[in-house]
Amino acid sequence: MPRLSWAARIYVGAVVAAGGLVIPLGPFGGIAWPTLVVLAALYLICEASPVPISPRKHTWSAGSPVILAAVVLLGPVGAAIVGATAAFNTRRDLHVVRRMFNGAMWALAAYCAASAYIAAGGHAGVPTSTSFPAIIVPFAVAAIALGLVNYVLVITVLWLTPAEGPSAIRSGRQVLAAFVPDLGYAIFGLMMAALWRVVGPFSAVLVLVPLYVARWAVAQYVAQQEAHAATMAALCQAVETKDFYTRGHSERVSKASVMIAREIGFRAERVEAIRHAGMLHDIGKLGVPTMVLQKAGALTEEEFAAIQLHPMRGLEIVREIGFLDEALAGIMHHHERVDGKGYPLGLAGDEIPEFARVIGVADAFDSMTSARSYRGARPVEEALAELRKWSGAQFDPVMVDAFVAALSRERWQLPKPVAAPEGQPAPATTQDHDDPTTPLRVVTRGWLQGSSEPSVPLHDQPPNPSRGDRPQGRR
Amino acid sequence: MDSGQLLLICAAGMLVVAAIAQTAAVGITGMRDAVAFGALVALGELFRITLPGNRESAPIATAGALAYALLLRVGDKPAPHSAMQVIAVTAVGMVVGALPHLAAGRATSIDAMARRLLAVAVVAFLFGRLAASTQIRGHWWLALAVMAVLVAVAFLADAVIAALIRAEALRARFGVALSDELRVQAPLGAAVGASAMLIAIAAEVMGLAALAVFIAPLLVTQLAFRRYAGIRVTYLQTVRALSRTTEVSGYVESGHSHRVSRLALAVGRELGMSEPALLELEYAALMHDIGQLALPGPIPGGATVLVSPADQAQIAELGAAVIRQAGVLDGVAEIVRRQSEPWRGTDPGPPMSSRIIRAANGFDDLVGSCTDRERAVAALERLRLDTSAEYDPGVVEALSRVAGRRSSAR
Repeated sequence: MPRLSWAARIYVGAVVAAGGLVIPLGPFGGIAWPTLVVLAALYLICEASPVPISPRKHTWSAGSPVILAAVVLLGPVGAAIVGATAAFNTRRDLHVVRRMFNGAMWALAAYCAASAYIAAGGHAGVPTSTSFPAIIVPFAVAAIALGLVNYVLVITVLWLTPAEGPSAIRSGRQVLAAFVPDLGYAIFGLMMAALWRVVGPFSAVLVLVPLYVARWAVAQYVAQQEAHAATMAALCQAVETKDFYTRGHSERVSKASVMIAREIGFRAERVEAIRHAGMLHDIGKLGVPTMVLQKAGALTEEEFAAIQLHPMRGLEIVREIGFLDEALAGIMHHHERVDGKGYPLGLAGDEIPEFARVIGVADAFDSMTSARSYRGARPVEEALAELRKWSGAQFDPVMVDAFVAALSRERWQLPKPVAAPEGQPAPATTQDHDDPTTPLRVVTRGWLQGSSEPSVPLHDQPPNPSRGDRPQGRR
Repeated sequence: MDSGQLLLICAAGMLVVAAIAQTAAVGITGMRDAVAFGALVALGELFRITLPGNRESAPIATAGALAYALLLRVGDKPAPHSAMQVIAVTAVGMVVGALPHLAAGRATSIDAMARRLLAVAVVAFLFGRLAASTQIRGHWWLALAVMAVLVAVAFLADAVIAALIRAEALRARFGVALSDELRVQAPLGAAVGASAMLIAIAAEVMGLAALAVFIAPLLVTQLAFRRYAGIRVTYLQTVRALSRTTEVSGYVESGHSHRVSRLALAVGRELGMSEPALLELEYAALMHDIGQLALPGPIPGGATVLVSPADQAQIAELGAAVIRQAGVLDGVAEIVRRQSEPWRGTDPGPPMSSRIIRAANGFDDLVGSCTDRERAVAALERLRLDTSAEYDPGVVEALSRVAGRRSSAR
């Protein structure tokens, strides 16, 4: 429990006092005490069994509908008492001050909601069949009042607690995001109250079971989605075991692509799709024989063709994954160039799918800013300068500008240098097909005939930087 | 379609014919209610979902039909419709709702519809008998208790029939199939049952408006389940696709992971594994060769069975390390890690899933995509004669039964 500032202490004290005053002052006549006890117990049970709704440990409980049922059935003071039971929440780790604040806050909110309900024409007590549909408007007013008072009180305390000061506004947005659906759940409070006449307190059980199942189902979906993303990330990293120095490349390209996509203003689904496309774009490299990837000297035409095939190979692998659609085009064409000299199809300009143009920029940027066995990492500014230099020829200018703009706001985390594994010499490529500053050198047949380059079996002698080897072919 | 499903469909069909005949003869009581509930059932059939494991379900239709069966009063007027009328209205609603699916060419699981209808019929008959007694109409808590028990009975009946059919179709054991069915259907079943009771009770207070109001949470639930099932499918597709990376890079024979996973699944079902365990087994079988990606060059023919034990163990370790990175597949990682351990009869030995994958992998390494019967028999002999107790004999026997069924099916 962080130390509270004076302003926070005064505020909390005021809220607790107000909540505490509301109950003893109000009229106690007309409260159905058995109903109150049942509702208070129900509220405690609901608060004690929250449903996790996201992996970030946010939870949801059916507390608000129960309080709204109390608003209808018990009137202002009764509802306030039910709200005050929040102080007796069974969670162990709540500090006493926090408990008192919660109890007072909900008591106040319930009192205000019930007063609004009565002011708008509602009647406290069990609704009869003649109450519908006239009850709906006062109930809606009560629901809004409950949410509003709750929101304002929570926001103020978030603003005043120093630990969360600067990020309070963002938390405020999160609270608001939770506040709106809560309004949707308010209707269940009305249902509980309406059925009380027929089945008494059991109406709460009946109403709440489908509600809890619904939230649980949503939570399952969210969990499974996160699991899917984590698994894909792990498997993509497995791909990178082939070339040690490109660990994390897929993830960084994915991140950079998302930055560009958001900057351009893609819809949320497309941003999600490009995130996957970035993750999977180099999967096809596995189809390239390791010897070719590790080759030190200039490549023969066949070897170059093998490398040029990797976008298509990648497509073959991921084609059966259902949701990828547009991402497939991004994977297949991420090595196309705007001037038409790329591969595999030599598309030019706007013929290149948008996703592919984004990934092309992200791919080149990351390859330049990560360390390789034959050179260190380039600083971000230098890489951006290279991007601008080739913008229009290799890269789409719109994407480059968007990336530059995005980077001006969010710093790019340079990848840490990867330690080589002990024992074996680190397998590493000596040419990076993604790096625009060192294009692959291809030897055409004519030249090779006259060449006296020795052919060294490559799996015997990978270039080892620690031995001081320089990649062959560079003179 | 096998005998169990045919029996089910015939029983449901006869019931429907009898119900419609009787209702036509006697006339419909409460036309407005019948139309409203029938429309709800039709809507529910239209929006049916598929739960994981290829289980078809129509939660809104079932809830609406059950509510109609449990209806005592609408507003202040009693609802005296008979059980036969309930069945007739439900059947008509189901057919109407299924028509757009048929028109669009989508396969309709008639036995699932028949099952749903029979569950509703059970509730309608029983409740009709019990509701005649005045005691229920007098005490709400008695009515509630009866409704709850009947809904539970319907749910159990549905699960038992589904498990029977599934066990026959997939060659699983009935007990395991039943517990799987209950586990998958329980959350949705609870929501459906509660909603049905809710509508039946709320109709007394709110009239037919209760139908619209109380379907809302069920709708949200259904949407969430649909997306959940969707992402389960995507997850499997992703794992399947990415496990083929070993094949693309020439480390492993094409189609190997897929064949091993199908074989392992069949053996796992033969040995009575539950569905969650089968899912882990499937993932592990698909990804069992991932460790080979770290090797500098492919093993000839990708046959790990021909490689030294130390190397096999290393490949398994590498694979497990990759899978563990995901953070959510630790069970799968463990299975993959221990797949190279020999059985040796030690107690407790490697987990069952690992033993299954080892045997399936060995079998496929020897047989591959070849469908020749003799070759399969020879491979099984070799696995059986394994003198250093590498393979669990129980697993090998199950494997031979599965392989035998496959070759006789060709």
